[in-house]
Order: sequence, then structure tokens, then C-alpha cells
Amino acid sequence: MGLTILDPTAERDVAPERPLAPRGEPKAIALVDIRKPRGDVFLDELERLLRERGHEVLREAKPTFTKPAPQDLRRDIAQRCDAVIEALAD
Amino acid sequence: MPELLALVKHDCPVCDQVLPSFDAAGVRVLSQSSAQDTEAQAARLGLGTVPELDVDLELSARLDPDAVPTLVLLDGSDERGRVEGLDRQGMLELAAQAGVELDLDGLPAIRPGCASLTRDPEVAARLAARRARDEGRIRSRELRIGELEDTFEALHERGLTDGLPVVPPTPERVVAMLEHTSRDPQDVVGVVPPYGGEATVEKVAVNAVMAGCAGPELPVVLAAVEAVCDETFAMHGLLATTHPAGPVIVVSGFDGFNTGVNVLGQGDRASMTAGRALQLVVRNVGGGRPGVEDRAAHGQPGKLGLCFGERLDETAPWPGLAQDRGVPEGEPGVTVVALEAPRVIVDQLAREPEGLCASLAMALENVATPRLRLAFDALLLVGPEHGRIFKEAGWTRAQVQQRLHELTHAPAGSIVRGAGGSPEGIEAQWVTDPSQPVAKFAAPDRILLAYAGGDAGLFSMVFGGWAAGEIGSAPVTRSIAPWV
Repeated sequence: MGLTILDPTAERDVAPERPLAPRGEPKAIALVDIRKPRGDVFLDELERLLRERGHEVLREAKPTFTKPAPQDLRRDIAQRCDAVIEALAD
Repeated sequence: MPELLALVKHDCPVCDQVLPSFDAAGVRVLSQSSAQDTEAQAARLGLGTVPELDVDLELSARLDPDAVPTLVLLDGSDERGRVEGLDRQGMLELAAQAGVELDLDGLPAIRPGCASLTRDPEVAARLAARRARDEGRIRSRELRIGELEDTFEALHERGLTDGLPVVPPTPERVVAMLEHTSRDPQDVVGVVPPYGGEATVEKVAVNAVMAGCAGPELPVVLAAVEAVCDETFAMHGLLATTHPAGPVIVVSGFDGFNTGVNVLGQGDRASMTAGRALQLVVRNVGGGRPGVEDRAAHGQPGKLGLCFGERLDETAPWPGLAQDRGVPEGEPGVTVVALEAPRVIVDQLAREPEGLCASLAMALENVATPRLRLAFDALLLVGPEHGRIFKEAGWTRAQVQQRLHELTHAPAGSIVRGAGGSPEGIEAQWVTDPSQPVAKFAAPDRILLAYAGGDAGLFSMVFGGWAAGEIGSAPVTRSIAPWV
């Protein structure tokens, strides 16, 4: 007989894994500080290394580490940068 | 001409009595029993025509009789009259309307019938589930657990549990669960982080079944889901954080929850399952999986689910937490708070509020670490033997909060980075006067006070919060009344 149960999930359609579109060497790179203590120390060092390699670096920050990045910030980064590095720290 | 129909079942002596008459008069008879049982009954009674089968109890479910035999007069889909059980006069009159002459001579004038198969609890549940599906009240996808699969193992393997066995959410159980709210099952309770899954009343009920809820707790779970989906609660961050906090439900003024002995412990089904149901909603509807989206370094046992009821009887020193936070007096409420595991505060000698506050304040100073200030809130669960001290002295909740806030100040010099050898603390550049008091909590009302526990024991419990207020999670209170 088996047993019929109801799906407890939201039954979302899971997007298939998609490979990234081919892209060239990123020029502008955003470094996002999530506002954890000492995240800036790590990002300062990253910025130095990236600049040494000739990249343009934009420093961004979330208002608080406890919440997802605001929509506006995400759009801004997407428009101005070719790549983004989000740094965790503690 | 309306049609005369009879519903019977094979193991009903009253059906046995009337069937030969129905058979002789050519009445169309449908049986609720299996083909085999129906044939055996026809042979036993020497019927000329074997009754038809009421396949899937379609007609029985539609007519919904209490008893069989049921004789019913149908005009298309309209019912013109019926007789349940043996009622000789009633049956003769009904048959006459259809132009059928019944011979019921020798039968008793009145004899109650047997319960319709649709009144069998298991069958009734199956039919209710089918009806709910047909009417669109339940819409969740059906999952099949194979005959050779172990149900409990299968649910684990599908990633739907919290590591403990769950009650399989059959359509029958979910439909029975939905009886405990007046809300439409398709109402959306909230959009659950981290992946924004829509928690309908139905989905919450499915997870409440899995958690082991008996049913009456459902409105509490619904109100709690609504509360954690409020943006100020920051459920996304609370789930994803490395910190051990999880959502705790404080129930204020809703019957059926233990508020006394062992209030935070095991044994009370409502408390154990309501907290668990909320966490299963976060996992299954929100998609937050431990070790994947949930990055807690340690977590804590309360993340299985932690819910408790406040003790609001005559011993209570204050009104309930939810009522203090805006739910009208006399209306039940929940408050969800992002909290780590509780620990005990022992003070067996205090007999007056001032001394008791001093003891409680010491424990509050230790939330997270005494060196971190203003970043964490706390919930203090005051036990009855401590609560009595406040009640007898007439201290209000606000007074206790105020005094605790005053007592949780530390000299800046003692909490500066490096003091006492610990590198944690406030930066030296912010300390101009080492004797200046620095508050532990951002405001008196950031020390939430609740009251519950057993009569004996001079204890209270302190729960540390997670990143607090606007930069993190703020407690959220909701009335339960809209979910009843």
C-alpha cells in the first residue's frame, strides 16, 4: 500500500545549476564589508593586493552583518563592478 | 420520476432485515462493503440481485448518513427525502413517492440502523481529506512512501526532519490539524527566510503534524510563524549566524501550555511540539538547513524548538509579556525572541527586591561576555519564589527593568580591551574616564521579563540574546486571536 504524505516544503522550483557565462578578466572589483569586527583589516589587505595587480577596487559595506544586503546596494554593485568579494571576519 | 436508492452494508443486521423487501420491490441498492462481503451477504439472504458497490463511498460521502440502511429519494442531484434505520411507515411513504410498493410486513415498526461506514473514524478522516483536496482547501503535493520503505527513515532521507522522528503528515492528519483554526488553509501566514518560501496555513499545519502537535497548539504556531517573518525579527540572519541563538516562543495567556513545574523541560506536549513546529517551518518552508544555511558554531538544544507558557495565575507579579507589549488584556499572544540557551540564577537568600535585583544583575552582566555592551538583549524568566518577592513589594515589571538596568553598568576601565588580560572589550580610544559607568543594555526594556516555573526553588533563568535591536533581531509580539 505504501503511505501518502503531504510535502512540508514550499515546493519551490529549484533552478538548475548554471555555469557562469564566459567573462574576461574583471576590471572593477567590489569589496563588501559585512560589518563584522576586523573585516576591514582583511579587506584592506585584499585591496592592496588587487591594486598591485592593476584592478580598480570599490569598497562597499552592508549596514549590518545580521541582515541580507539591501536591494539598492546589490544593484549598485552589479552596475559598477565586474566581480564582487564579500568578506567574512571575526 | 424521482429515484429510490438504498445504502446498506454487509455487517448490519437491520440491513439484513430490509434487504429482501428492497430486492423484491426492485429498489436500487448500493453497498458500502467490499465486493466479496456484498456477494456473501446477497447469497446469505437469497437476494435476486447483488447490490451495487458504492465505489470509493462516493454516494455515502455525498449523502453523509449517520446510519444504514438509508433509503433516499433523489430527483437528479436533489434529495427529496430520506429514512435512516428501519422506520416502516416512513419507508412506505418514501417508496410510494417513487411509485414503488414495498412489502415490509412482519418487520418491526422502528429499529435504529447501524453506523454508516462513513462514521468509522478512519474512513471519515479519509473522506474529509478527499473532500478538502477536491475543494482546494489542501493543495500540497502528495509524496508517496513506498510499501517497502520505512516511513520514518524515508522522511529522514528526504531531508524533511530535524534529526528526530516526525509524525508522517498524511492528508488525514493535516486536515484534522486544520480543524484547529478558522483560517482558510490557503491564507499566507508569512514568507519564510532564507529562501522566501510561502508559509500558508496548510504548510504550517503539515509541519505542525510532523512536530507532533496535538492540534490545539496550531494557532500558537501560526502566530509564531507570522512573528518570525516580520523583518525586524531578522530570521534570515538568526538562522545563518555562527551564534547559538534560535527563535524562542513565549506564550502569554493561551490555555494548554505548561507554565509551572519543569516549564522549560521535557514532558509538556504543547510546549515541546509548538517550538519544534516553528523550527520545522523554518527548515522545510524557509529552506534553512543546519550546517548548510545555518552556520551556528555550536547551536544549542533549544534550536530543536523552544516554547514556554507564562504563568499568569494569581501568583504572577505582572501581566503577560505579550500583553505588556501591546496585545489587549484578556487576548492571548506570543512573543518571539532570538535567544541562546537558558541558565539558572541562584539566589536563595534574597527576601527583598533590591537584593534580588543585585543578584539577577550579576547574571545579566555575563550575557555573551561582560566586556560587550549594548550589543545583546536578554530575557529573564523569573521563577515563582523570586516573583513573590517582587509581588509582595509591589514592584512593577517596569520598576524591576529600571533597577536591573541601573545595576548592569560597569566602570569603563574594567571593560576596556586588555583589562584583566582579556583582549575583548571596548576600544581604549572611547574611554576618557575609567570610572565612567557603561550600560550593559541599550535600555531598561531591552531586559525582557517573563514569569513561569514551579512553586519551589529560589531560582530564575536568564537567556542571552543575539545581536540586538536595529542591527540585529528585535522581539516581535503578535496576538494569537486572529489565528484561532
